[in-house]
Formats: sequence, C-alpha cells, structure tokens
Amino acid sequence: MLEEKTGIENPYVPERARIVRKYDLTRDVRFFQVRICDSEKVFPMTSDYRPGQFMMISIPNVGEAPFSITSTPSRPGLFEFCIRKVGKLTSKLFELKENEFIWLRGPFGNGFPVDKMLGKDLLFVAGGLGAAPLRSLLLYALDNRDLFGRIFYLHGARTPEDMLFREEFFRLKERDDFECYLTVDEDPSGVWPFDIGVVTNLFKYVKVNGKNTAAVVCGPPVMYKFVVEEFLKIGIPDDHIFMTLERKMKCGMGKCGQCVVGHKYVCVDGPVFTLWDVKNIKGLI
Amino acid sequence: MRVFKLKRENFLPFLKGLEKFGELWGPVKKGENYVYAKEDPEKFELKALRTIIPAKKFFIPKNSTILKFKNGEWKEHYEVRKRVIFGLHPCELNGLNIYHRFYTRLYPDPYYLKARENTLIVGLSCMPDDKCFCFATKTSTVDEGFDLFLTDLEDKFLLWIGSPKGEDAIRTLSEFLEEVSQKDIDDYIAWRKRRDRAFKLDIDLEGMPEIVTFSYDSPIWEKMGDACLSCGTCTMVCPTCTCFDIDDEYDIRQDEMNRQRFWYSCVFREYSMVAGGHNFREAKSERLKLWYTHKLVGFMSEYGSPACVGCGRCIASCPVGINVLSVVKALRKEKTDAFWKRVEVKNA
Repeated sequence: MLEEKTGIENPYVPERARIVRKYDLTRDVRFFQVRICDSEKVFPMTSDYRPGQFMMISIPNVGEAPFSITSTPSRPGLFEFCIRKVGKLTSKLFELKENEFIWLRGPFGNGFPVDKMLGKDLLFVAGGLGAAPLRSLLLYALDNRDLFGRIFYLHGARTPEDMLFREEFFRLKERDDFECYLTVDEDPSGVWPFDIGVVTNLFKYVKVNGKNTAAVVCGPPVMYKFVVEEFLKIGIPDDHIFMTLERKMKCGMGKCGQCVVGHKYVCVDGPVFTLWDVKNIKGLI
Repeated sequence: MRVFKLKRENFLPFLKGLEKFGELWGPVKKGENYVYAKEDPEKFELKALRTIIPAKKFFIPKNSTILKFKNGEWKEHYEVRKRVIFGLHPCELNGLNIYHRFYTRLYPDPYYLKARENTLIVGLSCMPDDKCFCFATKTSTVDEGFDLFLTDLEDKFLLWIGSPKGEDAIRTLSEFLEEVSQKDIDDYIAWRKRRDRAFKLDIDLEGMPEIVTFSYDSPIWEKMGDACLSCGTCTMVCPTCTCFDIDDEYDIRQDEMNRQRFWYSCVFREYSMVAGGHNFREAKSERLKLWYTHKLVGFMSEYGSPACVGCGRCIASCPVGINVLSVVKALRKEKTDAFWKRVEVKNA
C-alpha cells in the first residue's frame, strides 16, 4: 500500500509582500527591498533561510520566476533582491513603485552550506550580476565574523557604472577585518581608483590557506573556467569550490522539470553546486 | 493480500456497483486506438492495451487551474471529481507508482494528493502485443498502488484487494464474490505462464546507466536529433513524464486571473530557454539526450530503477521511430532502422 499524505500546506500559494524601497544599482539593475505583509510571517520567513537560496517572485497575470535573495538572514525583517530588466516579468517589476505589491514563494534551493564553511577562510569571486547571491553570504559572514577565518572578496564588473553595490563596497573596503578588491574590465571615464582588468587579476592579493578555504564564485558563464583554474592553483579542493547556477524554473520544488540537468533538479539539488558536481554532472555549466 | 473470485456473469453488475464511489471511467475504442472515457461499463474494452494518453491525466490534468487571483487575493483552486478508473494494466500502475513517489516527495503536491484521494483505481490484467515489453523492464506485475485489481481468467476474474479504500468499495458487493478454490489457483498459474511467454519484444536494460554515461558524446544523439521533430508526443504519452509549465491567464468574464498548470515537454525548444534568450539546450540532440538520460540514468540513481515501464506508447506514437527500444539498441551499438534510415534518406 502506498504511503498517504494529507493536511499539507499548498506550496503554490504565494505570500503578499510590499515593496518598501527600490533604487537603481546600474542602468538595468534595480535593488528591491520588500516586506512580507502578514506580520506574523515576517520574522520567521526573513530569518530562517540560507544565503544562496532563491524565491519565486510573481505578479498576477504576468507570471512567476526565480530570483536569488541578496539580503542575509542575519538581518531579518526585509527581503532584498537585485533584479536585471531582461524579460516579461522583470519589465513589469520595474514599473512597480514603492508601496505596491508583489507575491513571493519560498525560499527554495539548497543555499550555501554555511555549516561546512565555519572556521574556514572564505574566498568570494563575483562577476557582474553574480554579486547578488554572493552579497547574501558575504554579509552573513561579516555579521558572524568570528565564525570564519580570513575573508577575501573579489568583484569584477565591465565598467564602473556596471558595478553593483558600488558605494556599499567602497565603504566595506575601509573595514580592516576582511579584504575587498574591486576591478573593472575598462574605465572609459578614467575615474576608477582601483584595479583595471579581469577579475582573475585580483588573485595576486589573495592569501588564504588553500586546504582550509571555501571558495565561492558566481558570474557570467565565461568567467567560471578561469576563476576555477585560479582556485585550483591555490590548492582548494573540488568539494570546497561552490558555484551558484541559473536555470529556468516554474515551481522551485523539483517538480516542473525545467531546471533539470542530468538527474539533478537545480531548484532543489542546487542552485549551489560544488566543482565536484560540475565535473560529474555533464551540462551543469 | 486478500483475493476473491468474481464470475464472468457478475463482472458488469460488480463494476456498476463501484459507481457508488464515483464516475466510472475505463478504456473504450477511439478510431484505431483506446482512450480512458466516462462511459457505460458495457462499452469498456477488456482487451484494450495502451490508451493513447496514460492514466496520469487523472491526477495531473493536461491543463488545470491551480490558483485564482481576484480582489488582490490568491485562492487555491481544486476541481475534485470522485472517480473510479477501471482497466489500468501493471505497466500503467507501475508508472503511476513512479508518479506517486515523484509527486509526494519533497514538496508534496496538494492537487495530486486530492485527486488521488478521490480516485478508486481498479487494475486489470492483460495479454501483451508486439509493442509490450514490461516483462523486460520488470514491471509486468504490481503489488501496490491499486485499490482493486482484476485478473481476467476468461470464465472468471480474480479480484485482489490492494487498499482499505478498495476494501470499503466492495463492502456492499460481497454477493458477487466467492472464495478462491484450488482450481482457480491452478488456472491463475497457467494464465501467468501463458502471459509471461506471450511477450514478443525484449529490451536489454542491463548496465544501462553506465552505457548512457559512456555514450555522452556519441554521434547517436546527433543522428537522433536530426530525425526528431520536437513534437513532444513521446513526453505526453509517457506514463512517467512529469514536466509541466505554469502560466497566468486572465478571464475577462469573471474579472479574475487563473494560474494554470499544463503539461510541458523537454523536447520543446523553449524548455531550457531563460529570460534574455539564452538556451541551455539549443540543439534537439541535447534535449533528446536529456530525456533519455533522465529516464535511464537519473531515475536509476533516484529510485533504483529506470523510469520506463515497458508500455510501448513511445513505440506506438513517435512519428520518426525514436523510442526507448531504438535508443537503447543504438546505444548498445546494435542495428536500428527507424531514425537511421530517415537520416540517410534526408542526407542522400
């Protein structure tokens, strides 16, 4: 006889949330702060997730899509998203003003295995919009600073105007409890005070104990190969190199199948995978 | 499991007696094929094999509204119908069992659970034709996932009770049931032997996950991709295909928005395309490879058996002859005709 399950909550019903603040980070990327409307759910939802998880954002009549959470559970109260205007849903999101509603489901996905990273040196490499999920983990690590070893954050963007959270990182650079390096591929305006060149150039500043380091990378697909090479040069093991991936998703719950790669559902088995996974599951990146 | 005998002449009254549970659905003839339909049980075809669309349609319909949005509120939407579905063969039931495990793991699907709760599943034995290969996939018998199961022994049926729901359903029908005699058991054993010997098609799935892994860069996928029409028929008719899409539709008459779920296919071009136009599986060969690796490798590591139940629907349906049989053969480097010939003709 098959096992029966009853009385479960419907995981397809989204939760209403209010846009409390929004501003542009770059020409086509906007930052959204949203608060769950049901006051009883605000704290449990915004404090009990892992950096690297994502939520399904929906607008009725337009649709639903996955977005990584860029805020940290160590600062509950609001969810933050960093969204590029690229399709139907995001174009509609860009039309919304403060105090208007969106609907959320989640958080979904495995997120970064923070427990495994405790006591280790952390090395972040973000490229472009890849800064969105990495910011969540970085802020989490900074908020729990004594749980981790040395922290290096390397961030590359095309031009100074394309760098997400530019001002925030300028301020973070001034902190002396972790190392933050920023670079741009090119600087047409000639005002950029830091490194110029691809993000792998920043590895010259990195001083970590490779064997005891968790490395995290997120960025455009072309970046992974070169960054991973650098990680391996430092001696970071395959299963300590984490990357977070993007796929089309309709449910977030390992059902609709649209994010399947090999036999993994990116929405529940990912979006965070190790280099070991990537080597063994063809087609992940 | 409790077993009873049901005499042939009591079969129709018994089936009609189940109508107390809900609408009676069963296999009926449609053109040259069979479909599950709500019909008078006298029209049910006891010899029917493989309906065009498998019984998964009763649990996750081809298209259904899952949520409604009106006056700023989301509401769950269920279309619950009490149904008795008759005529599911072991392959179909094994397919549904995979479906069940899939839809109840991780985030159990409330729509699936509701439909399942309101359905009485009545299985039926069968004799294989030239497209059946459930014997090879080890799905020619089934021991769970049905409420009642009938083994057709010509002059009588054996009735197996598979669940408390099944037990409840026959409570008022005991007048039709008799104890099983030694003769019935002998007849059953003889039938089983006859049935097991009737398979004409064999498929060698031994070592399949490894063979698919070795064949990742094989030119077979390209050839297959050349032949594939991306029509999605294989995924619609496969009893273990679960993929779906979700879309919002505005209903102008009701001034409400319906969030709809409908079957989707990994062989469609848009399947792996993300906003901005990047397609993770642009080539047809890549998408077919996904289908077959998911069936033959993915399910293996997840559930311990491949997600093929040997129903033969892909063999009967694919217009260009791409099916589990021809693909497995090709991967084993055996001669396959269908899509090979087609590619040769195209390239000539």
